[in-house]
Amino acid sequence: MSKLSQRHLLGIKDITREDIELIFETADNFKDVINRPIKKVPSLRDVTIANVFFENSTRTRLSFELAEKRLSADVVNFSASGSSVKKGETLLDTVNNILAMKVDMVVMRHASAGAPHFLSKHIRANIVNAGDGTHEHPTQALLDGFSIREKLGGVEGTKIAIIGDILHSRVALSNIFALKKMGAEVMVCGPPTLLPKFISTLGVKVELEVKKALEWCDVANVLRIQLERQQLKYFPSLREYTLYYGINKKMLDDLKKKIVLMHPGPINRGVELTSDAADSQHSIILDQVENGVAVRMAVLYLLAGAA
Amino acid sequence: MQKKLILDSKQLDITLSRLCQQLIENHSNFSNCVLLGLQPRGIFLAELIHQRLKSLKVNVPLGYLDATFHRDDFRRRDTPVKASENRVPFAIEGKNVVLIDDVLFTGRTVRAALDAMISFGRPAKVELLVLVDRKATRDLPIAADYVGKYVDTHDTQKVLVELKADGSTRNKIWLINRE
Repeated sequence: MSKLSQRHLLGIKDITREDIELIFETADNFKDVINRPIKKVPSLRDVTIANVFFENSTRTRLSFELAEKRLSADVVNFSASGSSVKKGETLLDTVNNILAMKVDMVVMRHASAGAPHFLSKHIRANIVNAGDGTHEHPTQALLDGFSIREKLGGVEGTKIAIIGDILHSRVALSNIFALKKMGAEVMVCGPPTLLPKFISTLGVKVELEVKKALEWCDVANVLRIQLERQQLKYFPSLREYTLYYGINKKMLDDLKKKIVLMHPGPINRGVELTSDAADSQHSIILDQVENGVAVRMAVLYLLAGAA
Repeated sequence: MQKKLILDSKQLDITLSRLCQQLIENHSNFSNCVLLGLQPRGIFLAELIHQRLKSLKVNVPLGYLDATFHRDDFRRRDTPVKASENRVPFAIEGKNVVLIDDVLFTGRTVRAALDAMISFGRPAKVELLVLVDRKATRDLPIAADYVGKYVDTHDTQKVLVELKADGSTRNKIWLINRE
């Protein structure tokens, strides 16, 4: 069947392995499209998509917008800063007003976990979650999985370590769901204060030493320290974090094995990754960005087509 | 469900030979010519034509074209059509392209294919080769340049092409009546 099991993409938790495989196969075709002289197909020419961003973003928003435009959709952008949200309008009112202008799909980022789920119960348009608080970021997990599949030939049986601020990371949670569904082994690694208390109930290994995590894994997905979400002090200083959890090129070279280095961006160079590691031959960070457009095209195409 | 044989493997063989001869007749040389099989089912016919031309000492590059993202029925059916691989290992720009598909029915696939092809470049000339041309069922003003067999059908009928690129004796074409 060439149809997703869901009308929305709210989180990886809600979709099946078959859904993920269908998205990957469709993304293969779109990757081919975006590498042609004419990078555009007319599939979504009668679809209007609103990108509703209540939280800052560069990569995800740009990536979605490019994906939409390469599918020939009409695109409207909305960001909370400089809008009536500042005047006290509710989320539902804001989105209903946008939908009253005949919008078919909503791509939404919001600082509150569950905001897109709430919305999906009240509106008819298809919703794609572009990140909700510290909960899920499904398209990032899909593009990470797609990049691993492309680099290693498959996800099943691979060992993936997610290193850094797991507690505040929606990328980590979505990645865990996606990679587990695809049959990978997943480990999380970070300072104990940045690991959620019950993380092992998700079926992941927990490791506190970054060296051991690197020795174990085929792929290291390194996350940023999300200072903007931290009201408390979770570690004494950034310098100390870097000392214990920062990754440099020498650590990767010394492993004497092939390792793939990933990062969802934005990188804090010199904190979780040194520049020489981020720009090394191990890194597929820029491939992730390219694949992001293809994967998002696949998600939008599959959701719109099943309307 | 009634099944009627339109072409058996022997007749099919003769038809393929004729199509190749017609191609040779119309192309004084093939230096600027490419074959493009339409995904998903036209590629088997394209493969057969390609092999047969090769045995006649004519070498033409072969590619596969997928028109899924250019179809005009997206969002007008329950599920999106699954895309197939594009394999266009040459530049389309300035080429004489022979599009190859198994059955010409409404003409909508060919319309989509023309669009899909043009996103790879501007060809000098485009021709269409089909194995079965279902007469009087066209939705668009599209005609084939090379036709294996004309068949009179109506909308409720289906043409089934059983074709394998290995040229086996099981290759057959059926006309099926759907209730």
